[in-house]
Amino acid sequence: MERALAPALLTKDRGSGLSLGVAFVAMIVLFAIGPFVVYPVFLMKALCFALFACAFNLLIGYVGLASFGHALFFGWASYASAYAAKAWGWPPELAVVGGTAVAAALGFVAGGLAIRRQGIYFAMITLALAQMMYFFALQAKFTGGEDGIQGVPRGRLFGLFDLSHEMTMYVFVLVVFLAAFILIYRIINSPFGEVLKAIRENEQRTISLGYKTERYKLLAFVLSATLAGLAGAMNSLVFQLASLTDVHWTMSGDVLLMTLLGGLGTVFGPVVGAFIVVAMQNYLAPFGQWVLVIQGVIFVVCVLLFRRGIVGELARLARVQL
Amino acid sequence: MFEIFGIPSQALFGQLLLGLINGSFYALLSLGLAVIFGMLNIINFTHGAQYMMGAFAAYLLLQNFGINYWAALVIAPLLVGIIGVLIERLFLQHLRKLDPLYGLLLTFGLALIIEGVFRNQWGSSGLPYAAPEALKGVVNLGFMFLPIYRAWVIVLSLAVCLATWFAIERTRLGSYLRAATENPVLVRAFGINVPRMVMLTYGFGVALAALGGVMAAPIYNVSPQMGSDLIIVVFAVVVIGGMGSILGAILTGFALGIVEGLTKVFYPEASNTVIFVIMAIVLLMRPAGLFGRSA
Repeated sequence: MERALAPALLTKDRGSGLSLGVAFVAMIVLFAIGPFVVYPVFLMKALCFALFACAFNLLIGYVGLASFGHALFFGWASYASAYAAKAWGWPPELAVVGGTAVAAALGFVAGGLAIRRQGIYFAMITLALAQMMYFFALQAKFTGGEDGIQGVPRGRLFGLFDLSHEMTMYVFVLVVFLAAFILIYRIINSPFGEVLKAIRENEQRTISLGYKTERYKLLAFVLSATLAGLAGAMNSLVFQLASLTDVHWTMSGDVLLMTLLGGLGTVFGPVVGAFIVVAMQNYLAPFGQWVLVIQGVIFVVCVLLFRRGIVGELARLARVQL
Repeated sequence: MFEIFGIPSQALFGQLLLGLINGSFYALLSLGLAVIFGMLNIINFTHGAQYMMGAFAAYLLLQNFGINYWAALVIAPLLVGIIGVLIERLFLQHLRKLDPLYGLLLTFGLALIIEGVFRNQWGSSGLPYAAPEALKGVVNLGFMFLPIYRAWVIVLSLAVCLATWFAIERTRLGSYLRAATENPVLVRAFGINVPRMVMLTYGFGVALAALGGVMAAPIYNVSPQMGSDLIIVVFAVVVIGGMGSILGAILTGFALGIVEGLTKVFYPEASNTVIFVIMAIVLLMRPAGLFGRSA
């Protein structure tokens, strides 16, 4: 069977990372100009989702594990940090770290269960576990049920920077995003990342080479869940809200769409995909349920016509790595 | 009226019955998923949407053409099955050589499209669909009151499940099907039209989902999102049972429905999550699933 889940099979050294450097600088320039052109809250939302999609891509693009339940980590980290900030009055940096830690713990449990089965079952298990925690969030007292946790204080970062100021908040989100982005890039280009790619290409062979692939998969899962949680925690701080939307399966579908559209297994694809999908949801909101239909059509078109995604296709045309 | 474990018998048997009803739908849907997975190697994410389309087909046939429940029981699965065949021809047949993940993504996209279109057209609130006259009313069994329509749903679903099992495991056509699942190239070499069989199998699996939808219409309201929540539970059922065995899928479906019903009696807070918890336990104890063939 053709392993089509490998758009990054482009020869790795061509362009020797120059293209990546150029794209990275271009991205930073765009983010620096961004808040003066577009509404900062929109940008912050897009950045949170870009981080979410990058974390998701770490798993689906580089290990070939398709999780359908990443809303679990995004949403529960969002609840945890919102609760810590509001009910316990934690400062924002601690609330975010706390929420991220909750996501890591959940990732350890959910990942440990899900990697016991391969392929298609993996997707169904992650979806089912996420749905279980959705019901838990619906019934638990501290999540506020249908109302969610509203009016989460943004507080003062390290006691110094007042995050209620939009630009300060934007810089905070941007710094966190860039740090996580670089971390993910480091992970996929480390020896550990090479083993992950080997598992994606041929798990049996990787096992025969003496790697305990289960451990690699679990660690990759936990890393992905943790960073997805970081995205969720930041998102709850930006909107000062944690709600059921964040844990619902449609959220898992959204992040999947962003990653697929941008390009599975590309460095910049998830960022591009996230910005497009968030923009689409923003500007098409008046059309109600048609957004759902359009998202569905994008899924179908991506799968049938361009499985490399936008960035993957660009990289192929330009014969560089992106 | 008597009590069992401090629970009034009426409540206990009532919930057991509801559990069996849910179990009927779990069994029908997971059976369809298993049949489709066997032939196409695809997890049909559109299954929930197709179940919903079955219910809507029954509703629309009645509203627009005055076609009653009994006819809808045949026509709705046929219509939705034909749509399924079209989906297979248009989309799924192009994915045969790809990673199964793409089948999941594509059918997920189709589910979003279908649900979105139905929500635009009919809104999110449920539409009522009356049970047929002949099946209205209740029977007093002495220890509980049994609504006739609910009994009918259980019996019909059991009959359809067993007929499907018989057709696949005990007939000549079924043996072709099983052979094609094992080795499509060889079966093709024997002069059997495997692509057509794949197409019809998908249509059949989809028709089962639609039949479930028609049966569900008088019990639950007909609404665009009735399928999407159900399908996630059915996925958990499929993980618990493993998709290797037809009979396994049927048994697991009914059993989990009953477990869910009992949970509603003894610990209602967990009734939404009990199936997922069981899934987690099964994954720990028997990763291949209760009826799975290999890990």
